[in-house]
Amino acid sequence: MSAAIRWFWFASPQTFFPLAGRIALACWAGAAVLAAAGLYVGFFVAPTDAQQGEAYRIIFIHVPAAWMSMFLYVVMAFWAALGLAFNTRLSSMMASAIAPTGAWMTFLALWTGALWGRPTWGAYWVWDARLTSELILLFLYLGFMALQAAIDDPRRANRAGALLAIVGVVNVPIIYFSVQWWNTLHQGASVSLTRAPSMASTMLAGMLLMALALWLYSIAASLTRVRCIIRERE
Amino acid sequence: MNWGGWSEFWAMGGYGFYVWGSYGVMLACLALEIVLLRRRAREVKA
Repeated sequence: MSAAIRWFWFASPQTFFPLAGRIALACWAGAAVLAAAGLYVGFFVAPTDAQQGEAYRIIFIHVPAAWMSMFLYVVMAFWAALGLAFNTRLSSMMASAIAPTGAWMTFLALWTGALWGRPTWGAYWVWDARLTSELILLFLYLGFMALQAAIDDPRRANRAGALLAIVGVVNVPIIYFSVQWWNTLHQGASVSLTRAPSMASTMLAGMLLMALALWLYSIAASLTRVRCIIRERE
Repeated sequence: MNWGGWSEFWAMGGYGFYVWGSYGVMLACLALEIVLLRRRAREVKA
């Protein structure tokens, strides 16, 4: 069977169901192992920060959660747009399945940011461009979920949700570049592909391990949820 | 190894409230999502 045919084969919810279960299981296991490794490196290997003391250890969840909040939104909008364009049921189901996980990642990024801001900036919250645009992202996720929940007919719910998700994508580059475009209290990007890392390599390792763990976790949770949605709708 | 003992570990150099407040809420969100997913999976099977 050629690769193209395989893709269409798995575009049907019924054939995707068992595959989603197998991928989810592998991702649950991978997430647990990587999180254990990441927490070990983060708390026992990475040294105390010279400026922030131990408060900086919030970074191991704050940055991965913030990355996932933006990444999951783009993936959600991608599936929603695909569902809108080609009327494929599974695409819209994937978008609905990603939203709750993305929403709590956004909440977690804001929450850990507040608890990190208090000891380092002296305030839990400031109306900074980065913080404000991330808060708008949380409202976009919640709006998407509320809109879908408010419409009984799944087809109309998918269409309405997709429009909101697609329009909201504009916000993601605003979050990402906010620290360059505006004079923000929030610091600039801590990791860049073009510059040498600005932090100790063990700190970076802990952060990347946690980011991978959250990434696999998000896949596992979304696929587990999409299986429930398939069962509920089909 | 960074810590002289467990009490030092939990104190987090005086930032315990902020560090554990972050990790605690993460754990709570994680546990909540897993519980809700398991319940939903059980309900659709029934």
